[in-house]
Amino acid sequence: MAWRAKHLLGIEHLGPDEITTLLDLADTYVDLNRKRHKHSDALAGLTQVNMFFENSTRTQASFELAGKRLGADVMSMAMQASSIKKGETLIDTAMTLNAMHPDLLVVRHPHSGAVNLLAEKVNCAVLNAGDGRHEHPTQALLDALTIRRSKGRLHRLNIAICGDIAHSRVARSNIMLLGKMENRVRLIGPPTLMPSQIDHFGVEVFDDMHEGLRDVDVVMMLRLQRERMDGGFIPSEREYYHRYGLDQAKLDNAKPDAIVMHPGPMNRGVEIDGELADDINRSVIQEQVEMGVAVRMAAMDLLAQAARATPTEVMA
Amino acid sequence: MTDLLLTNARLIDPEAGTDTLGAVLVSDGEIKGIWSDTPDIPPSFQGKTVDLNGKCLAPGIIDIGVKICEPGERHKESYASAGRAAAAGGITTIVTRPDTLPAIDTPEALEFVAKRAATDAPVRVLPMAALTKGRAGHEMTEIGFLQDAGAVAFTDCDHVIADTKVYQRALTYARSLNALVIAHIQEPTLSKGACVTSGKFASLRGLAGVSPMAERMGLDRDIALLEMTGAKYHADQVTTARALPALKRAKANGLDITAGVSIHHLTLNELDVADYRTFFKIKPPLRSEEDRIAMIEALADGTLDIIHSMHTPQDEESKRLPFEEAASGAVALETLLPAAMRVVNSGLIDLPTLWRALSLNPANRLGLPQGRLSAGAPADLVVFDPDAPFVMDRTKLLSKSKNTPFDGQRMQGRVRATLVDGTVVSGSLK
Repeated sequence: MAWRAKHLLGIEHLGPDEITTLLDLADTYVDLNRKRHKHSDALAGLTQVNMFFENSTRTQASFELAGKRLGADVMSMAMQASSIKKGETLIDTAMTLNAMHPDLLVVRHPHSGAVNLLAEKVNCAVLNAGDGRHEHPTQALLDALTIRRSKGRLHRLNIAICGDIAHSRVARSNIMLLGKMENRVRLIGPPTLMPSQIDHFGVEVFDDMHEGLRDVDVVMMLRLQRERMDGGFIPSEREYYHRYGLDQAKLDNAKPDAIVMHPGPMNRGVEIDGELADDINRSVIQEQVEMGVAVRMAAMDLLAQAARATPTEVMA
Repeated sequence: MTDLLLTNARLIDPEAGTDTLGAVLVSDGEIKGIWSDTPDIPPSFQGKTVDLNGKCLAPGIIDIGVKICEPGERHKESYASAGRAAAAGGITTIVTRPDTLPAIDTPEALEFVAKRAATDAPVRVLPMAALTKGRAGHEMTEIGFLQDAGAVAFTDCDHVIADTKVYQRALTYARSLNALVIAHIQEPTLSKGACVTSGKFASLRGLAGVSPMAERMGLDRDIALLEMTGAKYHADQVTTARALPALKRAKANGLDITAGVSIHHLTLNELDVADYRTFFKIKPPLRSEEDRIAMIEALADGTLDIIHSMHTPQDEESKRLPFEEAASGAVALETLLPAAMRVVNSGLIDLPTLWRALSLNPANRLGLPQGRLSAGAPADLVVFDPDAPFVMDRTKLLSKSKNTPFDGQRMQGRVRATLVDGTVVSGSLK
């Protein structure tokens, strides 16, 4: 088994063998999660703390459930309402928590790099649940598992990622993961929502969605992050939907068996047609949610195993 | 005061552009004589002779744009700590920035800092004042009164005056007093919210980036205003290759314009930020490697005139934050010389050319008699060993703030002694 990472901060530092190891383990947790008795003791006795400095329902619930199913003691903290508002710095908050000896720290933060900073200051495993517009590794891993299970492989696929690439940590993690596993990645979106020099990342960039979707195996839609916009990236929602919203006509350019993905939550009628999102023949959006729990179980299991394998630091 | 003869020294003469073995005679705080090769010591010479054993002897560095956090944030840096740090770094004149809390925008505030500087700092301190009140970019300061009180230049530091009409009037008024205006060239709306240079690295790290074009646009506007007003102008930091052609043209057209660059933009690039290292967050942000090389070449050919430390102390609390929230700036008084030696050791520039940008050009720009190795000039000198290796340890810095990007790095070039007015203010000649 290949797993070296002490933290899961991003896809950037993972090797293809580590990704495969994690997905293989996640497959077994998918089976477990479909049983009536959904419980393992892989994390028994360990404490998992979820620190979300940014609103999240789905990811936080998924991590919480993953920890509970593996027998960890799980605590979720709504950081937005806590001491951060009283002026405490991120590092002080981390040090305070660290003194309570957690084993797994799941962190989401609105600033890129904040989770890396925190990981330097604590002596437990840290999982990045999304930092700014940097990375969201468990989302990319659950997307990979979904693709692998429905396509039978995770290499040599044509995959289109569509929409607001510039503000998306999901896109960054996916570009890296899919590239590491040797797929062809296309990015489709208006040029105002493309990060600068993104073509240097080994991807093809399209601003015409019909052209970009031609013969792809996988269509990944991104949420149009309206709350992140300074204003003025796109003329209007309706023009965006007309040019970049996924509907049947645009999807007809893709391969007939192409699957449709979305990390949620969806803006129906902004980036994706509502009916298409619910089409059980094309849409794997519900599977993505299911894979999310399994992938997070696998990630925490592997980090806990890695932590047990290294001698524990003696703390004063 | 006894006379002092420094023999067997590598004389770095930025005016002549030479690097030769020789001797310097210091008397009454002045350079009295210079000999390349063996000096004909006057028979009446009664003073002390020091053999420098081939170490370099150069004019003391004149550093324009040093932030000393008095008034307002004395815990970050004071005149006493910055003065000691400057002396240890071979800097004999610091030209201070007015971006304090509150800004130095009245003659009264300027007198306060001048008093502090005179009593606390072992090196020369020349203050600059704000160009507009509160550095807010709305109303010009009392440029005349401030000049009378000793302000050597006028700058809003990293605040760009967005209102071009206000800026034009300030430049016109400054012109009538022959006052030097120093500006930060950056198109303010394009660079809003940015903390790194846009490009592959910014995209990879998910950080808001600014195009290098913002710098060129800022410079283009200022050059147009100089054509209108004829003001005496210095761009504090030119950091991108794209801005250089406009600067060259402006100089060729006879505008009274000079430009500087920070030592960090000459020695580091955007990739040094790596995993969100906030000690590498400076303003303007670190640029590409191509830009860094272009800046060194521009120094060598004289397009860029002056190297600054852009010394900006920040305490740990301001830096130990997520990258986008962390404060900008780095301390550099003590690392300026060894960092500059990296540029020399890379073979792209020689020591006399480097020193032109460290002492002669800043002195000429401010109309100071220092900054040169010539008889009659004040004996503000630095003795340094250009090859001495060391590992930078930020905890040993004399600055109150320790935010250097060079922590833990191997460097070469150590200051052995710094003289102001012929008196050793740091290190020793032995």
